[in-house]
Amino acid sequence: MTSNLIVYLIAIPLFSSAVLLLSGRKANKWGHLLGTLASASSFGVSAYLFTQMLAQPAEDRAMTQKLFSWISVGSFNVDASLLLDQLSICFVLLITGVGTLIHIYSISYMSHDLDRRRFFAYLNLFIAAMLLLVLGDSYLNLYVGWEGVGLASYLLIGFWNEKPTYATAAKKAFVMNRVGDLGLSLAIMIAFASMGTVSFAGIKEAAPQASTTTLTAIGIMLLIAAAGKSAQFPLQAWLGDAMAGPTPVSALIHAATMVTAGVYLITRSNFIFDAAPTAQLLVVIVGAITLLFGAVIGTAKDDIKKALAASTMSQIGYMTLAAGLGPVGYAFAIMHLLTHGFFKAGMFLGAGSVMHGMNDEVNMRKYGALRKFMPITFITFGLGYLAIIGIPPFAGFYSKDMIIETALNAGGIKGILLGSAALFGAGLTAFYMTRVMILTFTGTKRWDDDAHPHESPILMWLPMAILAIGSVVSGFLFTRGDALVHWLEPVVASHGHEEHSELLPPIVVSGIALTIVLIGISIAVMMYVRRPIEDVAPENVSALTRIVRQDLLQDAANEAIFMRPGQALTKTLIAVDEKVIDGAVHGVGAMAIGSGSELRKSQTGYVRSYSALILVGAAAIVLGIWVITQ
Amino acid sequence: MDFNSPTLEYSLLAPILIILAGALIGVLIEAFVGKTRRPVVQLSVALAALVLALIQVIRIRELSSTTAAMGSVVIDGPGLLFQGAILIIAIISIFLIADQDNFTSSPAALPGSDEERQATQSGTVLTEIYPLTLFAVAGMLLFPVASDLITLFVALEVLSLPLYLMAGLSRHRRLASQEAALKYFLLGAFSSAFFLFGSAYLYGYAGTVSFAGIHAAVVGGTGNDVILLLGIAFVSIGLLFKVSAVPFHAWSPDVYQGAPTPITGFMAAATKIAAFGAMLRLFYTVLAEAQWQWRPFFMVIAIITMIFGSLVAISQRDVKRMLAYSSIAHAGFLLTGVIALNKAGLEASIYYLFAYGVATVGAFGIVTLVRDSSGEVSDLNRWAGLGKRSPWVASAFAFFLLAFAGIPLTSGFIGKFAIFSAAYESGATAVVIVGVLSSAIAAFFYIRVIVLMFFTDATEDGTSVVIPSILTRLTIAISLVITVALGVFPAPLLDFIKPLAIFIR
Repeated sequence: MTSNLIVYLIAIPLFSSAVLLLSGRKANKWGHLLGTLASASSFGVSAYLFTQMLAQPAEDRAMTQKLFSWISVGSFNVDASLLLDQLSICFVLLITGVGTLIHIYSISYMSHDLDRRRFFAYLNLFIAAMLLLVLGDSYLNLYVGWEGVGLASYLLIGFWNEKPTYATAAKKAFVMNRVGDLGLSLAIMIAFASMGTVSFAGIKEAAPQASTTTLTAIGIMLLIAAAGKSAQFPLQAWLGDAMAGPTPVSALIHAATMVTAGVYLITRSNFIFDAAPTAQLLVVIVGAITLLFGAVIGTAKDDIKKALAASTMSQIGYMTLAAGLGPVGYAFAIMHLLTHGFFKAGMFLGAGSVMHGMNDEVNMRKYGALRKFMPITFITFGLGYLAIIGIPPFAGFYSKDMIIETALNAGGIKGILLGSAALFGAGLTAFYMTRVMILTFTGTKRWDDDAHPHESPILMWLPMAILAIGSVVSGFLFTRGDALVHWLEPVVASHGHEEHSELLPPIVVSGIALTIVLIGISIAVMMYVRRPIEDVAPENVSALTRIVRQDLLQDAANEAIFMRPGQALTKTLIAVDEKVIDGAVHGVGAMAIGSGSELRKSQTGYVRSYSALILVGAAAIVLGIWVITQ
Repeated sequence: MDFNSPTLEYSLLAPILIILAGALIGVLIEAFVGKTRRPVVQLSVALAALVLALIQVIRIRELSSTTAAMGSVVIDGPGLLFQGAILIIAIISIFLIADQDNFTSSPAALPGSDEERQATQSGTVLTEIYPLTLFAVAGMLLFPVASDLITLFVALEVLSLPLYLMAGLSRHRRLASQEAALKYFLLGAFSSAFFLFGSAYLYGYAGTVSFAGIHAAVVGGTGNDVILLLGIAFVSIGLLFKVSAVPFHAWSPDVYQGAPTPITGFMAAATKIAAFGAMLRLFYTVLAEAQWQWRPFFMVIAIITMIFGSLVAISQRDVKRMLAYSSIAHAGFLLTGVIALNKAGLEASIYYLFAYGVATVGAFGIVTLVRDSSGEVSDLNRWAGLGKRSPWVASAFAFFLLAFAGIPLTSGFIGKFAIFSAAYESGATAVVIVGVLSSAIAAFFYIRVIVLMFFTDATEDGTSVVIPSILTRLTIAISLVITVALGVFPAPLLDFIKPLAIFIR
């Protein structure tokens, strides 16, 4: 099926972004409205396309639209085509839906910012790039969107770049993303070299004939790409710093959409990972490590946004873990991605609302007792909280439970290890999220005298309320009759269903998970309700706490493993470069210049010598002919 | 004795005829229109003629693939593509030519004489340049569609004679300009003699001057091979001279430097398209079956040309001479397209010629802007630090240089990639390797200029950039837009060329 509407999904926000960027100051009055309208129109188009898809039988739902033939040189042909199938529509609805809510929120949140128009231009740019990422029908088209969201993310993290630390954070995110991008470009190159195509359909067709080594190589490169974009171990360190961006950005880009692009990439590439078990194993390992890593970091954060960022990292770890579990896991990865999109975006907006009322204070030790002053924020945030820690019947319960179950049933020792990691992570999540709730909303007030906490205006709380409704009902809707699993089946489960023996019956797994969550909550309550909270983080803490406070030494590790050896390598290379390579280059260069200067002397300026040269050339050709014909 | 009047297919010949008519009207304007109004009238007429001719080329592309004028002219896809490219280059260049600062006001006066000074002070401008340009364009349009040796020769002379004159019209450094014109004329005459000599041999071999007849004789293979070979060799020398392939290149640095810069740009771009058009037609159709005889020579010449052009360009201190050597190197790259002798090679050559031509006009347009009190400054050392003083001009020039160097995302990259892969497919591996290596050497001197402009401090006697007139700005802007567009979206043009790029014999 083809549709000519798909391109408008991208074109509308892209056009609006260009208008906002080019129109200058006179657009300040209506810039934010245009930006929001663009995002909302895009959502309208996607909703319409979704209803069209629903009207089709499952196997005919994918729609394509060829825009133009992009590159056509020799055997290398790439069309700029868009593909809207069951997988991409999930993302399109999430991106445009949550995106629109966050646009609305930002109208109010950014109302005092002089650069609000530029902010909306970047947001629109992000929406367009992200949609291109999920709608491209080939890795090359995806790559364009992939770079586009990287750019938008960079611009938005550094939106307040007058603060040097924020600019540095933007740069850090950009550079670490580059590492991942390199993986993606290598994957594309390997795919093209070995299969001669870069389109999803082409590679899906060619994958069964390709060698396992090739597929493993592509898979590992894609995993590196996913790790960079989705802040997965070992490329996770940028996400915390990315919170320098305005809070709506953190909600949209660094929680709900862009950071989940890695999960999309892995799910989209299911035909590669399913045929490359080694790469798939690496995916689950990365997922499991990250989900624990993020959760542990989350336990020691006093900055509310950074705590949420650590939690995002951990939750994406769950998704990566699920995506690495093969055909049975993809649908659950996407389900958790969608529910997470609701509750995490909602909580970030809640955090923004709190900051809005508290003079942009982010330290939770300076909060406390805000429940009374911000009842709506408290309720919406609280619903998100119940969802993320997995209390039934909130959304997170369904999606996370499925992942834990699938992990446990992965078989053998692998299943037990992965299942335990997922269960332990759930406990940690319950602990640190309860801590955030307690520090922010309950207990005694610890804020400075000049803070006047108040509820945010309707433009801010309405999006939060809508997202909160999503956090309550979405899990139930997705699992009712396995709706999402069946919906995604044509895309991800075309390799035949493999049945695993169940290690434990589902009801028991849910019971264990709930118990662990309750233990986590209880520990948090004991630690932060029973004991008074100091408004400065205590110094006399264990070495372990100190390490966790420093993000498990992720920056130190990066510095020790990459930066300092890198600097040493650079120094050595510079030395080598100056002595050896420059010597050679200068030698060759001098030779080239020398020979050039010598040859140049043939240019005497005399017509007679020029014509003699022509004559000599002619004579040489005649001589050559004579030699040949002899 | 019967006399049959020749039949002429006017619609097919219309592009050439329109240009000639424009040129003749231009001559009349010189005689009948007052001095003050001449520049505007001449520019309008020239522009109108060029645009009308281009429209006609586009209109007849469906009727293509027929012979016209009793078989002397063949109108086919490639021929029309070459004509279209020449016309587009001419339209872009005409704005640059219209910027009258570059031409002497009284070419007949002795350089430095009172007469010259008076003419300059009285504000006289040289408007003969427009009809001359149109005559040259007419010859260029005929050159790639000529289908017998006599027509080819006539076209060669029609395009060359105006260029000889135009090369001598520079306002500044007039002696150097006149010297260049004379050199160009003498050497051009010399190479024309070779061309005619070769035509005589081919006539002796085939008994006819028509391409079809020569092709039939080559396929038949009954004639004397030595005569055929000598004919090919001498005709090739005439053509290789026009594209400035080594060792027939010696005129080009001197002429590029001496000629008025807008003329240099126009000549470098349009002549190359015309001459390579004729060369491609000759070797792809007439002499394709004789490839074992001519391909080895062309490989040697291509290799020497690429290496020589790239190496000597490095040691140039004058931007126009550097661009001249760069154009020699590009002639070598384009020769690999002739050697490829397959459809991909033809497509790639057409693309390359157009992309290179547009970038060349743009680059020379920028050269006209960098000046001091005594006129254009082409000494590279004095371009140092230009990027700080005039970032836009320097960036545009840098972009054209990157296109010449064939850096990805510029038109030059796609052109080089396509032309080398076509040559590689045809088995000319050695030529391709040398081509890639020379491209690397060539990149060195292009990037050296960029470094000079952006990362070197200006010298004391720095130059300034004049604020470009709207005409020059138009030339540079159009060239820049086309160069960027071809680099980012090459597919539409490649797709456009593909179905048309089939020679008929």
